[in-house]
Amino acid sequence: MGLDTNDEAAPEKLQHDLLQPADEDAGVIFYNETVIEHFTNPRNVGEIDDADGYALVGDPSCGDQMKLWIKVEAGHIVDIKFKSFGCPGAIATSSMTTHLAMGMYLEDARTLTDDDVVRALGGIPANKQHCSLMGINALLAVIKDYEQRALQKP
Amino acid sequence: MSQQPLIYFDHNATTPLCPEARQAMLPFLDNVFGNPSSYHSLGRQARSAVERARRIISEIFGCSAVEVLFTSGGTEANNLALRGASSAMKDRGRHIITTAIEHHSVLKTCEALGREGFEITFLPVDSQGVVDPQLVVDAIRPDTILISVMHANNETGAVQPVEQIGRIARQRGIVFHTDAVQAFGKMAMGTVLDYADMVSVSAHKVYGPRGVGSLLVRRGTSLSPVMTGGHHEQGLRPGTENVGAIAGFTAAAGQSVAKLAVEAVRLAALRDRFEELLLQTIPGVSINSRGAARVPNTSNICFTGVESESVLLHLDLLGICASSGSACTTGEPEPSHVLRAMGLSSLQAQGAVRFSFGTSTSQEQIDTGTEALAGIAKKLREVSSLCQN
Repeated sequence: MGLDTNDEAAPEKLQHDLLQPADEDAGVIFYNETVIEHFTNPRNVGEIDDADGYALVGDPSCGDQMKLWIKVEAGHIVDIKFKSFGCPGAIATSSMTTHLAMGMYLEDARTLTDDDVVRALGGIPANKQHCSLMGINALLAVIKDYEQRALQKP
Repeated sequence: MSQQPLIYFDHNATTPLCPEARQAMLPFLDNVFGNPSSYHSLGRQARSAVERARRIISEIFGCSAVEVLFTSGGTEANNLALRGASSAMKDRGRHIITTAIEHHSVLKTCEALGREGFEITFLPVDSQGVVDPQLVVDAIRPDTILISVMHANNETGAVQPVEQIGRIARQRGIVFHTDAVQAFGKMAMGTVLDYADMVSVSAHKVYGPRGVGSLLVRRGTSLSPVMTGGHHEQGLRPGTENVGAIAGFTAAAGQSVAKLAVEAVRLAALRDRFEELLLQTIPGVSINSRGAARVPNTSNICFTGVESESVLLHLDLLGICASSGSACTTGEPEPSHVLRAMGLSSLQAQGAVRFSFGTSTSQEQIDTGTEALAGIAKKLREVSSLCQN
């Protein structure tokens, strides 16, 4: 690209408006609208007093922690509630995990992955990918807890 | 995002350019583009501007013009001070003393020097985030060549006893550097080179442009360049001078020092109101370094049971800009090294948010901000696994 270009369109092409967000950065450098919506309005927040399964995952001194409760009837999750301490990514992925798992048969819920959560949220920033693992780990742990309780029942 | 005008409570991160600085910069972004090292009239005009700026900066700090080196900002000033002085004095000794609460540009530089054959003592601080000068005395060894202690902490605003530490160092012939990036323009610093041998300052914390700052170097201080190149800045900082930025820095520094006495009182009152309102309206709030002398604009708050980035995003959605010491970015969040050094647990440090006020801050903004925070804390605690309903 020389200064002596004769292409009259060229200087215009060289003008970039850096104030306009670039499409390729959407959801990569910051949370997308879906993630923010789940963060500001998380689904299924709370506790279940007579839960059939309960799990606690994460370490708050390392940044995040999730508590998860489920109610199971006829092999499927009829109620699910969570409480999470953590960053917006942790809260949004917790919310989406419960949203996806609600109403699912345990067999199906068990096959959910962190990729499913991220996809349902339309992606999360690269440095927040680890957040989605907490929700899935909690889901697997709560199903395991339910099954152990079921085994112990007479 | 909010259509309301932004409420900017992040002046320790950076400040908007003041009109005086903008005005001072314009000619150099336009027709006065010469290289200060050039022979011709355009070059001489630029040279004259840089040297005049140097004299103005030297008058502000009560030092001589030859003691002012322009750099690309605070980070470069700190690197030049630490690397340049330790390199110049390495035959005299290899021991450096600093503190656990320094800015990363000092901390990481000292850690790097530690890997390059120097021995570093990182002094602890008390629960208010202040270093005890007696610990400096105790840490001094025959081979101590350099002491670096920040003037005011960027996260908590806690002011360090640098005049005392500077005198301790000078009595023993040890070079003393202070990172005054967060103190300059926020508090009276006295005649800095009377107690420090090197002082780092940055333009963009005092309503100047980003990308320029200064290292003040007292005459006679041993210092080697850390970059090789031309003869600029007495051979200590090669590279064509950023003339426009230097002009903006000079104007910004002048106006911020002129307004300092009045602005410091105003900001302290706003900061106190902010903290009182938070304590009154939100349970589980604590104020870090409240028992220390602080620069008047900084308030570092811990919200129990919530994580700081979640507070920041809620604030951001309301058009309120603040920051946190910790950033959960890697999956291994590192809560603020400053708050950890003060004895806060990792969990407490996760909930710390820094509010730093400035010229645009009004009482109305303080009231809006505290009201927003009360709602945000309540909302996040309803979701938090660490809070009972």
